[in-house]
Amino acid sequence: MKKFDKDRVLVAVAGPVIALVAAILLTSVVLIASGKNPFEPYGLMLEQVGYSDVQVLIINQASLYYIAALGVALGFRMNLFNIGVDGQYRLGAMMTAVVGAHVALPSFLQIPMLLLVGALTGAFWAGIAGVLKVTRGVSEVVATIMLNAIATSLIGYLTLRDNFGVLVGDNVTTGVMKKSGWVPGIDLGEDVGEIYGLVFLAVALGIGYWLVLNRTRFGFDLRATGESETAAAASGVSAKRMVLTAMLISGAVAGISGLPLLLGDAHTYSLSFPAGLGFTAIGIALLGRNNPGGIALAALLWAFLDKASPALDYATPVAYDKEIATIMQGLIVFAVVISYEAVRQWGLRRQQKRVGAELAAAAAQNTQKKEVAV
Amino acid sequence: MKILYGMQKPDEGTIAVAGNQVSFSSPADAIARGIGMVHQHFMLADNLTVLENVVLGSEKLHGIGGGARKKIREISDRYGLGVRPDALVEDLGVADRQRVEILKVLFRGATTLILDEPTAVLVPQEVDALFANLRELKSEGLSVIFISHKLGEVLSVADEITVIRRGTTVGTAVPSETTPRQLAEMMVGSELPTPETAESTVTDKAVLQVEGLTVYASGGASVGWEEEPAGEGLTEFAGGGDAKRVLDDVTFTIHAGEVMGIAGVEGNGQTELIDALIGTKHAHSGAIHFLGEDITPWPTRKRRESGVGYIPEDRHRQGLLLEAPLWENRILGHVTEAPNAKGFWLNPKGAQADTRRIVEEYDVRTPGIDVTAASLSGGNQQKLIVGREMSHNPKFLIAAHPTRGVDVGAQAQIWDRIREARREGLAVLLISADLDELIGLSDTLRVIYNGRLVADADPATITPEELGSAMTGAASGHLEHGEAPQTAETTEEAAGPEDEAR
Repeated sequence: MKKFDKDRVLVAVAGPVIALVAAILLTSVVLIASGKNPFEPYGLMLEQVGYSDVQVLIINQASLYYIAALGVALGFRMNLFNIGVDGQYRLGAMMTAVVGAHVALPSFLQIPMLLLVGALTGAFWAGIAGVLKVTRGVSEVVATIMLNAIATSLIGYLTLRDNFGVLVGDNVTTGVMKKSGWVPGIDLGEDVGEIYGLVFLAVALGIGYWLVLNRTRFGFDLRATGESETAAAASGVSAKRMVLTAMLISGAVAGISGLPLLLGDAHTYSLSFPAGLGFTAIGIALLGRNNPGGIALAALLWAFLDKASPALDYATPVAYDKEIATIMQGLIVFAVVISYEAVRQWGLRRQQKRVGAELAAAAAQNTQKKEVAV
Repeated sequence: MKILYGMQKPDEGTIAVAGNQVSFSSPADAIARGIGMVHQHFMLADNLTVLENVVLGSEKLHGIGGGARKKIREISDRYGLGVRPDALVEDLGVADRQRVEILKVLFRGATTLILDEPTAVLVPQEVDALFANLRELKSEGLSVIFISHKLGEVLSVADEITVIRRGTTVGTAVPSETTPRQLAEMMVGSELPTPETAESTVTDKAVLQVEGLTVYASGGASVGWEEEPAGEGLTEFAGGGDAKRVLDDVTFTIHAGEVMGIAGVEGNGQTELIDALIGTKHAHSGAIHFLGEDITPWPTRKRRESGVGYIPEDRHRQGLLLEAPLWENRILGHVTEAPNAKGFWLNPKGAQADTRRIVEEYDVRTPGIDVTAASLSGGNQQKLIVGREMSHNPKFLIAAHPTRGVDVGAQAQIWDRIREARREGLAVLLISADLDELIGLSDTLRVIYNGRLVADADPATITPEELGSAMTGAASGHLEHGEAPQTAETTEEAAGPEDEAR
């Protein structure tokens, strides 16, 4: 049995490793094609990890990615593709910022209340797609993409100065949030920066994700639905309720994915809030195989590529384009999709052969024994 | 069939079209050779017109405008299909859609047509019309391969019959010299060990009472209707009109300790009956009482928790999570029950321990409980499922083809388990294509034909041949002399749920 566990680890690790190696090789090809040194940029980027201020940036960024990717992964586990994480995240962050700027409760109430606002907003937005799918059979992919666009317009409307918009300098914001809603971070000194307090929320969500999926009845139903809808239905899972619940939870998680930044640093929602987080999260969830540990590594890797690449522009003697990191991220997503499927099938076949071989061996032993007995 | 149409490659053997040996690597190759296929589930886009559906994918043949329209009219007139090129497919009935499918194939220049279970979705008059079309095609020099479970239809429409059982050809027959009974014999075969149930253990305690159960076909089958995600509800509103009744006023009672066998050619309503009993499809009328309680509105989970065991007919689609380890498969379907769960939480340790017990007791051949279900052989998968269902002490068991695709040794074991549980008062609904299994295991036998329970029989005296002919719809009522006939025919009782709870 130990052997099989080793096998599973091998299968689990082979996919991402093959994908990463392939992505690095292909990036090097791009570098060679543009007449650059194909290896030096990696060294330059890795060097950045040594600086503590970059480390803080990476961790902070990764916490946003992580929460959003958990939201995506939750849908993936039951074959629901929530592309709307981006809209749910932006709307959730904006609504939280608005509420935070107008309501002032004591801190111990204000922060949970703000988290709830973000979660409910995200859940509501994703729930629209869920209800449409359950009642009218509308594909959640289409619905959530459209809801992303609608979220953009809605945010644009709500941040008009007639509504909740406040002009700060040249930037339209939602006004500075009340101090009681600010989440203190871990201050590592003037030069290094501050780790968001809600990084711990991200960690807690990761643990919660694992617990719910692997240790609860609900999680089992959800995974069963993802693995075989027909088997799940026969086992008594109500597909409709499952779709709606998964969509709501996915949206709720997505809705709070912007809050580490909002409550920890920005304290207002403005046009300069990071865009496209939800789309990045899809790639991260894929790379992390929807597994909370894997997603954490993937989120850190992504944040590293994001935060270490600007240094390439200022490298001496030869400067590189920081877009190399973007190319690499794109290639990783490609390679991941291909290598996972290949490894999955290879793993299944490998196990089938193993089981066949072991049973044959056992049978051979039995007959031998019998022969001896005779 | 898939090989003929180029969807799958043969491992061995050859195909010759008009004397030339050919090999297909895709359906396009098959079409180029003049082989066309009409699938059981139609491949039509509802929101396009007939013309658009027909030219889709073969725009180069006759263009997409007037030329194609003319060609469609021409084909339609020549074979008497009566297809209007500009009608919207969503406005067409099932039979019309089927004719569009046939026309689509002819449009591509097919000379050999493969029809896969074409009558499954049709009402009798439509079947007659289809057969008229087929004869028309035949007289124009086309070849038709007609695949069907329904013996009577095969006999009436075919010029030559080939019987396939378990992947091999078991014989050919000429319809004019063959009776349905002989054909049934060929289909069923009788080389299997006969299961025998010794003494009767039937009690008078009714476990399951079904009254006037009626289910309509989900009308207008089109692409992927079967895969519709939400099994319940979405496909439900098709009732009314002239929708086909896939289950028509079915009434029966199963007592504790009784195995009731349902014989019937596949596709006569067995699947729908199972779905209605387990709750993945809701009855349009009628009532199901389980231990005196009306469970008709209950969801699947509540039914299973209250003691309905289920050995599904398709274990890969309904019984297992193929890529999950065995112990997770042991949880499937019983996620709310001990030893799999403690309240809200799962109990992996309990489930794993119990999986080891099942593996031991039911002789599931596996190196461990952490391997995926997909890596076991079919027989061992089935033993795991039987073990799982029996572990929860069901009071009523739906056993659909419990030994299909299972080797002889495992088959005997599974039969033993069912008999054992029956002695302890289990009520079993046994649905099987294996007539020997049905006769040997059942205490009472019913025959399902066209969604109705048309006949009943005493398994102690009936022969597979007699049963086979009843399956074709040739005989009805009570099939054996002696005993007072049980009310298999319940037409006099009409529909309308009667409250008989006690």
